[in-house]
Amino acid sequence: MRPMAVSETEKPHYTQTHLMAVAAARVLENNRSVFVGTGLPMIAGMFAQRTHAPNLLIIFEAGAVGPQMKMLPISVGDSRTTYRAIAASSMHDNMSFAQAGWLDYGFLGGAQIDKYGNLNTTYIGGSWDHPKVRLPGSGGANDVGSNCRHTIIIMRQEAQKFVDKVTFITTPGYLDGPGARERAGLPAGSGPIKVISQLGIYGFDEKTKLMALESIHPGVTAEQIVANTGFKLTIPAEVPQTPAPTREDVALLRELDPTGMAIGK
Amino acid sequence: MKVIDQGEGELVGWHDPDENREWIHKNKSPALVDKRMAIAEAVSRFVKDGDVLGMGGFGHIRVSFSGIYEMIRQKKKNLTVLGKTAVHDMDVLIGGGCVAKVEVAYSFGHELRGLSPCGRRGVESGRVKVVSEISNGGFQWRFLGGMMGVPFVPCRMMQGSDTFRKSSAKIVEDPFTGKPICLLPSCNPDVVFIHVPRCDMFGNCQIDDILIEDFELARAARRLIVTTEEVIDNEEIRKKPDQTKIPGFIVDAVVEVKYGAHPTLMPGKYFFDEEIIGEWLSMSKTDEGTEEWIDKYVHGAADFQEYIKMVGGEAKMKYLHDVEHYKADLKAPWLDKKR
Repeated sequence: MRPMAVSETEKPHYTQTHLMAVAAARVLENNRSVFVGTGLPMIAGMFAQRTHAPNLLIIFEAGAVGPQMKMLPISVGDSRTTYRAIAASSMHDNMSFAQAGWLDYGFLGGAQIDKYGNLNTTYIGGSWDHPKVRLPGSGGANDVGSNCRHTIIIMRQEAQKFVDKVTFITTPGYLDGPGARERAGLPAGSGPIKVISQLGIYGFDEKTKLMALESIHPGVTAEQIVANTGFKLTIPAEVPQTPAPTREDVALLRELDPTGMAIGK
Repeated sequence: MKVIDQGEGELVGWHDPDENREWIHKNKSPALVDKRMAIAEAVSRFVKDGDVLGMGGFGHIRVSFSGIYEMIRQKKKNLTVLGKTAVHDMDVLIGGGCVAKVEVAYSFGHELRGLSPCGRRGVESGRVKVVSEISNGGFQWRFLGGMMGVPFVPCRMMQGSDTFRKSSAKIVEDPFTGKPICLLPSCNPDVVFIHVPRCDMFGNCQIDDILIEDFELARAARRLIVTTEEVIDNEEIRKKPDQTKIPGFIVDAVVEVKYGAHPTLMPGKYFFDEEIIGEWLSMSKTDEGTEEWIDKYVHGAADFQEYIKMVGGEAKMKYLHDVEHYKADLKAPWLDKKR
């Protein structure tokens, strides 16, 4: 597949991170609610609010409800999260909203993901008792992944990160296949709907719950996708190209994150 | 109720509700006594080696750093820290040699700033032991159970995950729906520190902006040390009772420490001091650097006000106030590296 928006001589007007942020924002519909975490998810929520989804209800785990943020927060608990908010509440309040079914979308990331969308953010290498690399743990991710109706995963893709089976399921995707979430007692009909990486966008097959390619980013080939996936990925015969962000999109991202802490320079 | 599954993690801070009622009866009183004291007295009276410790706030938000530095000064040992989004707080406590065990919801990370070298080194070297895993939502409902005086709180998280397998929760057959449901064991920490913008000498506290989980954590705590930006008159509290988020009768100590949450963010008052957090992140990459940082900022200052002078004094706090109110640009060493 040949790149459309990017010629080989001209440097594109956007970065992979810009594309991921805008692609994530486009999943969010107006008059829906989203549970947002640190970094790109915040940008995606803010971007959606400023473009096609002005009445997107944003919720943060530390207590902010319905903000209209003007600048990217560093933490899901800092004061930037309550800018023009409708309430400064608590974790109990907001986790309850998720568990009771008020949250349409939730954002997740991870160090490892598997073919069923299970995520690991606990440790890499060694054992749980003696980890080679200790990661932060669940944080609010397990809560979001268990209880938001649809989760959207944003993460960098490499074969070591997109694996057949994660070493530790910090946050449930579809566990070991169709019906597993419901059998475990998780809310019916919930689970991941999208994975957005720097190479493509993925969904989950309705019947098998296996990750399947949905669109390829401009300038990326199917071979690159396969080489950067550590499991057998479902690839349909016809795969559309992800629309590239416009120059206006990039300008808005820079306005929302003036220091470039999440979107880079 | 049929127990379907149980986590393998260590049960931390759980007490039979009857035992906890008895403890409250023997140790707490609503008597209107002046609870103001110095941080040194509060820590020496209410923090014991081996305690289960909960820090209020949110890792980098409204954390009682005057309490943290004093625990390090007094060489408190073998604490079990509740990693309820405990990041900069736990990191510095680990660096100060105070921590033996951690129950992890979110720890060893600094959100956008990256991972924490000191906390990770502690765990990866085996000096600090992770004894159980949980989620942020799970932890705050452990405190809700502790506050309610019940042995557990049902929830619909963690099921099917390894986070559950390494937690201290249980899954049972719900007697109402017949479906599996997760039971979180309640938690009554031995000691909790919460930093607030204002309270009176009896410990009645007002908190601005988001509460995070401090409402539940305060009420679940056995010993509760409040550090405050300022002490106000009891009449001010009684004029606006709807503003009281923590009632004084559950508080053991009131310590007035202006800027006492620095270098973490205090809503409306001061932003994160990224310069000092950045210096910590860079120096704590080695044991020697960690020790040097702690010698300089913790042991090198007689009290918190001297420490504030060391990090830039009133001029720095004015700048952080301006950043908090979008009137000055954010400067951060970790951000320069990203660019």
